[in-house]
Amino acid sequence: MAEHPSEKIPTVVADGVDIVYRVNGTGAGRGSATAALNRIVRRKQTEKAAGVRRVHAVKNVSFVAYRGEAIGLIGTNGSGKSTLLKAVAGLLPVENGHIYTDGQPSLLGVNAALMNDLTGERNVHLGGLAMGMSREQIRERYQEIVDFSGINEKGDFITLPMRTYSSGMAARLRFSIAAAKDHDVLLIDEALATGDRSFQKRSEARIRELRRHAGTVFLVSHNNKSIRDTCERVLWLERGELRMDGPTEDVLKEYEAFTGEKTPKPKAKTSA
Amino acid sequence: MSQVLHAPPQAPVPADVDLAALAARHGLSVSGARPSLPAYVRQLWARRHFITAFATAKLTAQYSQAKLGQLWQVMTPLLNAAVYYFIFGVLLGTKHGVPDYVPFLVTGVFVWTFTQSSIMAGTRAISGNLGLVRALHFPRAALPLSFCLQQLQQLLFSMAALVVILLCFGVPVGVSWLLAVPALVLQFTFNAGVSMVMARMGAKTPDIAQLMPFVLRTWMYVSGVMWSIDQLADKDSLPRVVTVLLETNPAAIYIDLMRFALIDSFHAGRLPAHVWAIATGWALLAGVGGFIYFWKAEETYGRG
Repeated sequence: MAEHPSEKIPTVVADGVDIVYRVNGTGAGRGSATAALNRIVRRKQTEKAAGVRRVHAVKNVSFVAYRGEAIGLIGTNGSGKSTLLKAVAGLLPVENGHIYTDGQPSLLGVNAALMNDLTGERNVHLGGLAMGMSREQIRERYQEIVDFSGINEKGDFITLPMRTYSSGMAARLRFSIAAAKDHDVLLIDEALATGDRSFQKRSEARIRELRRHAGTVFLVSHNNKSIRDTCERVLWLERGELRMDGPTEDVLKEYEAFTGEKTPKPKAKTSA
Repeated sequence: MSQVLHAPPQAPVPADVDLAALAARHGLSVSGARPSLPAYVRQLWARRHFITAFATAKLTAQYSQAKLGQLWQVMTPLLNAAVYYFIFGVLLGTKHGVPDYVPFLVTGVFVWTFTQSSIMAGTRAISGNLGLVRALHFPRAALPLSFCLQQLQQLLFSMAALVVILLCFGVPVGVSWLLAVPALVLQFTFNAGVSMVMARMGAKTPDIAQLMPFVLRTWMYVSGVMWSIDQLADKDSLPRVVTVLLETNPAAIYIDLMRFALIDSFHAGRLPAHVWAIATGWALLAGVGGFIYFWKAEETYGRG
């Protein structure tokens, strides 16, 4: 495990976690309308017969995360990384097992709360409130958020509706709002991949800063370089199972052998 | 519990450690568990600024692409009233015997629209905002409440239009107009409660949103939006049970209260007995019951 001098305080404990999605109306091809009716009428009895498919996204995963750790989550697409992250955040219920946390873990992201028809300025307020900041906190940090996003570098864009922004500008503003709050346990899902080079550098620096304030950071990324830069411990999920858990270098070596990558991604950015 | 590891044992957690006990020793809590009712109310109160900001944002975003912009907030209810007047007042001539028919009709339409759209929005409050529910932490009751608040703001615009209509048709301004405030408070509580019930049902079975327009339309026709219930009751042609049901129907109660407050020819004699008590009863029943019913399923919202 990671090298920690003093006694370690756990912040997230996952104890044999299973997560199952149920998908309605996949009907296995035959008479899906009757299957749907069946499903409503019979409720619990036969999920399979009623055309509900169960997707076992995370299977019996256990780990303990400690204060001050930054943990990378890796695995090929669809291996259950984001699902596990959402369950840690308490946003998805677990089927079996338990997840215990210290305080409220938060996903880094406010996209869903923002509205394209509103100005950037109002979205900063709305996003802040959605994350649970108080009005005073938002007022204090407002300028900081706008400056960080760099939205106003090319003119007064913050007073325009978000739908007029380029996709890069919108992504930058979203990240800036999301990163404005300090969290006990911070969960980041591929957030580093947004914006241009200079913004990526700034956001990586901001994540390191958040990490200093936060108890524990989880980072989901397909960019092995940013995992190396940010995390000292890595969990490797494959088909929902925890395949490996250990120091970054060891796990990444195995993972790169598994995916057939020799070196860190060729298109990986230079130093961050 | 033990781990499933295919790779060589890098095991960070010795298999013999009881993870639940470890978590308990350090005071960790179960992630995503439902808070107690008082804690839930406190969380909701802490998010009041979000609730209001979200409602206002939705309202403003609604017409932001239109050339006339926020003017539509008043135009839409006025046009609505005009259509209803044309059909029920001019073509069908429902106005027989109802004094001040236009104010009577328009008040009914606006007050009913408030309940109808609150319930409709409530039905989709969770199922239509899964992205938000799955990304952020907040007491989920904030969503149906916020949508009801948005409808209340919408109604206040309609009321501004209504005042203009009332004055145009020569309805005198009276002290009784102040009664509109308690009537609105009661109706809002009722709407919020019902939409929380619908939000929970809609979250589990999204199909309900397809069914609701028909239920609501039926409800509208029996609520005396376009016709006068008390005139119907006068005829004594209906069984007593039916008239009592018609008169205690919450939508009819709130509509009649608003008419009583605003239109002077709609005098107290046309209200059912104990009208304020019934209005308060419905509000409390729906508000408190709906809130508890919604809270009971708090941890299940947003499930795949």
